[in-house]
Amino acid sequence: MSTLLNEADSLKGRKVIVHDMSLRDGMHAKREQIPAAQMVSVATALDDAGVPLIQVSHGAGLGGNSLQHGFALHSNVEYWDAVIPKLKRSKVSVLLIPGLGTMKELQEAYDHGVRSVHVATHCTEADTSPQHIAYARKLGLDTTGFLMMAHLNDAAGLAQQARLMESYGAQTVYITDSAGYMLPADVKARVSALREVLKPETEIGFHGHHNLGMGVANSIAAVEAGASRIDASVGGLGAGAGNTPLEVFVAVCDRMGIETGCDLFKLTDLTEDLIFPMMEHIVRVDRASLTLGFAGVYSTFLLHANRAAAKYGVPARDILVELGRKKMIGGQEDMIEDTAMTLAKDRGLLAKSV
Amino acid sequence: MSKIKCAIIGPGNIGTDLIYKLRRSALLEPVWMVGIDPTSEGLARARDFGLKTTADGVDGLLPHVKADGVQIAFDATSAYVHADNSRKLNELGVLMVDLTPAAIGPLCVPPVNLAGLAEQRVMNVNMISCAGQATIPIVNAVSRVQGVGYAEIVASLSSRSIGPGTRANLDEFTYTTSNAICKVGGAREGKALAIINPADPPMIMRNTIYCLTDEEPDQPRITASILAMIEQVQKYVPGYRLVNGPVFDGKRVATFMEVAGLGDYLPRYAGNLDIMTAAATRSAELFAEQWLSAQTNSTIKELA
Repeated sequence: MSTLLNEADSLKGRKVIVHDMSLRDGMHAKREQIPAAQMVSVATALDDAGVPLIQVSHGAGLGGNSLQHGFALHSNVEYWDAVIPKLKRSKVSVLLIPGLGTMKELQEAYDHGVRSVHVATHCTEADTSPQHIAYARKLGLDTTGFLMMAHLNDAAGLAQQARLMESYGAQTVYITDSAGYMLPADVKARVSALREVLKPETEIGFHGHHNLGMGVANSIAAVEAGASRIDASVGGLGAGAGNTPLEVFVAVCDRMGIETGCDLFKLTDLTEDLIFPMMEHIVRVDRASLTLGFAGVYSTFLLHANRAAAKYGVPARDILVELGRKKMIGGQEDMIEDTAMTLAKDRGLLAKSV
Repeated sequence: MSKIKCAIIGPGNIGTDLIYKLRRSALLEPVWMVGIDPTSEGLARARDFGLKTTADGVDGLLPHVKADGVQIAFDATSAYVHADNSRKLNELGVLMVDLTPAAIGPLCVPPVNLAGLAEQRVMNVNMISCAGQATIPIVNAVSRVQGVGYAEIVASLSSRSIGPGTRANLDEFTYTTSNAICKVGGAREGKALAIINPADPPMIMRNTIYCLTDEEPDQPRITASILAMIEQVQKYVPGYRLVNGPVFDGKRVATFMEVAGLGDYLPRYAGNLDIMTAAATRSAELFAEQWLSAQTNSTIKELA
């Protein structure tokens, strides 16, 4: 009995599929302006380092090109056509948020070689995803249900939502800490609750943000509780203070005997040689990104809030705290300028009427 | 004056709210509610309001259309069954007001194009979507001043106000609304985004409308046009309110709106429900007005 317990406690030999987010979530940190050639360099280096899945698209995924979310340097199709033919082993995935992306765009992604998808909803709204998950399965995609802003739902509630996504056909369900708000115990409780109710063959994943510096610790906590897929970004290139830094996660896994199949030194070279020079601002925990994690605000709001702060003279931190108070969720980027204007009016910085 | 008798198909949130709107109308009277589940709460609610009900779908209504004088039907079911419902009722001369995203009839936003549709005597009008009703008036208010190459709308809806039909078919919502931004709003390209927010207490429906004008925007004329349009919508949705803007940033015109409902069936946060049912009611009333005045005219002729 005690031997069994020890074996269960040890993560030695556990296999984890890492999924790189730098060319999707990282698009947010680059104001959606990554050149296709740079994507190819990063993606081929990730491929060479043994990263099995790479997400490539606009930061907001399918349908993301918009005034709300910014227009990327290239269309998603142009990115896929540049990247996918150059990959030897890695598969390319996309993000699809129903209400923004559609099945037509998913079909297009498939036609251009995409083979995996995160179908994402807010953590209480899984029932807006049945047609997209079913369609992804019909196309034969590796299909994940992705429960965003997961700190806003408790473990039992998330387990129910995960069951729904599983019932629509999701093969993996992710706990997504979009705000970088969770602590390891929060992650463990949620992953354990999913593990209890989902079928044994349904995988569980965790997607972290590093706003409180917990990306790696939270991901390990998720693995301990039964997660087998971890989203991370090489060099941490992602929204807010970035995603779980992939190379750091892989290093910790190596030390713990968790098998990722990735080559650590290739990843650290990639981080240093390609990713850091790409960064327009240092993606790290700073005043504003820490506020995201502390207040539980969607990480993508960071750069929008900085822009609105500059335009209306209201500090970004005040805007982010107010957005957190109003429980704004991913996709409501328009409410950042709106909130900045309302705060500016209250403070006499902007005329009350048009 | 006798009222025009109406049937409602689909006893969910929209259908139930329609009962309230129609009972308040001087021209319309709800008489039938059509469902498919005899044990549904919606049908029970309709019976409490004194409506006749059937749980046999539209086929359960058809034998009663003539006898009960039903002239208008509101379809609040789903895009997939609407075409069938519409065909069967049109054959009996019933005007169909479509609140699903099926959009087989012309798209209608009352202050923009309702008058024209009533003149054409169409037999099916489509109400697009709640987000369409809330945002297309503003797109049109800009495009009637100067060319709009691209318009994008973002609708944030309270989770509690979104029924299972819309949830399961979000793509239809996206396609229909995007299309209507062009066809009715007057933009050359359109995109619609929907966000469902579960905040508690529930958030009031918010809509942001972005337009990209071809030339530098004529700020005073666009602002005046938007304010005039808001007044038109407020005639049937009093809670339709400008929160911020219009903000001009290069050729981008951004308008931030809020829609509070009347609090009939769902509380005031569900402005999305209200703007849909109020627009449908207003559309039906305009048709009813024409029929009733035609009747009066012919009665006068007969008397003379």
